[in-house]
Amino acid sequence: MYKKIKNNGIIPIAEIPVLEYPAFADEVSHLLDSSACHCVNYYAVPFNNRLQYFCFIANDETNDICILSHQTENSPEVKLESLAKKHFALHIFEREIHENFGIQFDGHPWLKPVRYPFNRADKNQVPDNYPFYRIESEELHEVGVGPIHAGVIEPGHFRFICDGEKVLHLEIHLGYQHRGVEQLFIKKNSTLQRCILAESIAGDSVIGHSMAYAGLMESLSGKQANDRLSIERVVAMELERIAIHIGDTSALSTDVAYQFGQVVNEALRTLVINTTQLWCGNRFGKGLIRPFGTHYPIDAMLADKMLATLKDVGERYLQITDRIYNLTSVLDRFETVGEITRKQAEKIGAVGMAARTTGLKRDIRHSHPFAGYHHIAYEPVLLTTGDVLARGFLRKLEVEQSLDLVNKLLERIKLIDIPSEKPIFDLKLQPSQLGISLTEGWRGEICHSAVTNEQGEIIHYKVKDPSMHNWMALALAVRNQEISDFPICNKSFNLSYCGHDL
Amino acid sequence: MLFDEIKIFMRHGQQFIPDVTKVELAPLFRGRPEISASITAEEAGVAQQLCPTGAIGTSPASINLGKCVFCKECHFLFPEKIRFTNDYKIATNNPDRLIIKAGDNSPVTLDADLVRKEIKSFFGHALKLRQVSAAGDNACEMELNACGNVNFDMGRWGIEFVASPRHADGLVITGPISENMAQALEICYHSTPNPKLLILVGTDAISGGIFADSPALNRDFLNKYPIDLYVPGNPAHPLTFINGVLELTRGKR
Repeated sequence: MYKKIKNNGIIPIAEIPVLEYPAFADEVSHLLDSSACHCVNYYAVPFNNRLQYFCFIANDETNDICILSHQTENSPEVKLESLAKKHFALHIFEREIHENFGIQFDGHPWLKPVRYPFNRADKNQVPDNYPFYRIESEELHEVGVGPIHAGVIEPGHFRFICDGEKVLHLEIHLGYQHRGVEQLFIKKNSTLQRCILAESIAGDSVIGHSMAYAGLMESLSGKQANDRLSIERVVAMELERIAIHIGDTSALSTDVAYQFGQVVNEALRTLVINTTQLWCGNRFGKGLIRPFGTHYPIDAMLADKMLATLKDVGERYLQITDRIYNLTSVLDRFETVGEITRKQAEKIGAVGMAARTTGLKRDIRHSHPFAGYHHIAYEPVLLTTGDVLARGFLRKLEVEQSLDLVNKLLERIKLIDIPSEKPIFDLKLQPSQLGISLTEGWRGEICHSAVTNEQGEIIHYKVKDPSMHNWMALALAVRNQEISDFPICNKSFNLSYCGHDL
Repeated sequence: MLFDEIKIFMRHGQQFIPDVTKVELAPLFRGRPEISASITAEEAGVAQQLCPTGAIGTSPASINLGKCVFCKECHFLFPEKIRFTNDYKIATNNPDRLIIKAGDNSPVTLDADLVRKEIKSFFGHALKLRQVSAAGDNACEMELNACGNVNFDMGRWGIEFVASPRHADGLVITGPISENMAQALEICYHSTPNPKLLILVGTDAISGGIFADSPALNRDFLNKYPIDLYVPGNPAHPLTFINGVLELTRGKR
C-alpha cells in the first residue's frame, strides 16, 4: 500500500495511504530486499498534532519513487521496532527521527545524536558529551581529531581507536555546522530568500542543491522549465562536477606528496571555475539557478569561449592524470587502501561515487533523470575495486565523460532558438501536496522535498545531502588501515559537513 | 618519464598572477556595487523589499556589503539605478565603509587610523593565520585555500595558513558561527598568542548573511573581541582577501 511517483513529481498529501506501523515496516522491508531499491529519505514531520513519517524508496529499474507513510503520537513515549535491525541503511534516518522527536527505536544498533539541532527533543544532549564507542584495553589507544582540523576545511570530530598504527574503529561525530536550514526554508517566505538558502547549503554543491530546489518549486507550481533552460542546467551541473573532481585530483596528489600533480590540477580547476565566473559572475555558480528562468543565458559567443577553455582543460587533464595514474609511487599509496565492498555499499545504502566505485549502479542522472538529462542517453561509469584508487580514477573518467557531454550540449545550445526566460519569484504553489526533487550532484544523490498546506504555503521542507548516507562508508573504509592513510581515504570521499548538519 | 613531466610543465607555463592589485576580473563578476544618485526613495524601498538579507537601506539609498549576498537581484530590478562593478577590492577595517551609499562610487579602502600600531611591525613581513570554519558553507573555505594555490600564491608574501592556533598570528573566521561551534572558536581564539589579528571572511561571517536570524547561531564571540578586517563576498574572492590583508599589514600599496 504505497504510492509511486517519478522524480520531480507531486502527489496530494491526502492520497498517500497512512499505514499501521507493522504494515509500513513490512512494505519497506519488502521493497528494500530488492537490490534495485534504496532508501532516499525517511523522516518525520509534525502534522495535525501528530507525527507523520514519510519514507521515499527509489527503484532504479522502474524509475519510480515509492512513498510510504505512517503516523504516531508526537511524544518521546512512543516506541517503534527498529527497521535498521534488518536494513542497516535506515540507521541514520532513525537516529535523526529519534534526535528530533525523541521517538524510541527498539533494537537500533546505536541511537546516537546526528547533528544536535537547536530544536532537538533532548536539550541535555550536547556535543561535549557525545557517547563515543569505547574498547577497554591497555593495548589500544584513542586518537581524537577536531572539530577544528589542520587544514582550511569544515569542522567535525573524528575519534579513532587504534592498535599501534592500525585503525580498528573510527567514529565520526558531526553537528558543528548546524545552521537550522530546514526551519529557515519555512520561516523565509520569499522565493528569492529560499534560492539563496538553497545555494548556501553546501558551497561545493551550489548547483546540485539550488537545482533540486528550483525543480521542486517548478513541479509544485505545476509547470516545467523550458528545454533551453533544462540544457543549460545540465551544463551547470557538469561544470560543477568537473571543477570539484579536478580539485579532488589535486588534493589526492597533495596527500601523497606528489606536488606536480597538485599544482597542475589546481591551475586547471581555476580555469573551470573561472569559466563559471565568466558565465554568471560567481566561481561557484551562486545566482545562476532560479525557478523557471535565468539571468544568465548562454549565447553563441559565450558558448565558444567556454568550449575553447574546456578543450584546453580536457587535454591537459588527460596529460596529467595519465602521469598520476601511471606513477608507481602514487599507485602504491592508492591501491587496495580504504576498500569498500559492493556488499557494504548496498548495506549502508551508499550513493553517488562511493556506490559506483564498488560496481553498484546508482546514479540519478541515469535512473531518475531530471532537467535536460531526460534527453541524454546517459550511462554511468562503474568501477569495482572500491579503494582510494577507484575513487580517484572514477573522477578522471567522470571528468572526461562530463567534458564530452558539456561540449555536445554547448554546440546544441548554439543552434537552439528557444528564447531564454527570466526567473519567476512570484510562485503559486498547489495546495496540500508533497513534492520530491532529486538531483545527482558530484557527490551523489541530493533530495529536496516539501509539503504545502491548503493555502499553498510551504509548511515543511526537507533536505538530504548524499553525505548523510556516505559518512558511514568512510568509517568502514579506514578499518584495519594505517592511520596515516586516513587523509587520502577522507579526501577520496570528500564528504560534506554542512550538507549533513544543515 | 621525466620527459612527460617536462612536457606538461612547458604547456602549463607561468601560472602565478604577477600583480594581484591590477587584475581585471570577468565583466560579470559581482564586486563593489554602485547606486545612482538619481534613485528615488520609492525605488530604494522596492529594492529593499526584494533584498533577501536586508542589505538595502532607503535614506539615503545604500547597500551594506556586510549583509549583501551579491545575488544582484536589485540590479535586475533597477538596471539603470543599481549596478555591480567587477571591483574586487572591497575589504575594509571600518564597518562604516561597508555601507555603499547612492552616488558614492569611490573605492572601498582601509581606514589607516584604525589599524593598530603593532600590526605593521609584527605582521608586515610574514603572517601565519589559523582558519576557523564556524558553520561556513565551504565556499569561502575553498576560496581561502585557493589564495595559496599556484595562481594567487599568497605564500610569496610569507602569508599562509597554519595547522595550530599556537603557531598563528591571527584567526580567520568563515561562516555565521553556529551555537555548536561557538565554544571551539572561543578556545581557538585564546590559544592564539597576543598580539593577534581577527579577520572575518564572507557575508555569513560578517553579518550571518541569509542565516542571520536563525536560532541555531551564537554570535556572541564577535561582540567580545576587536575585529581587524572585514572581507565581504559570497564567497569572498581570493583577490579580495589577499589585497585586504596586504593593505592591513603593509599599508596602501
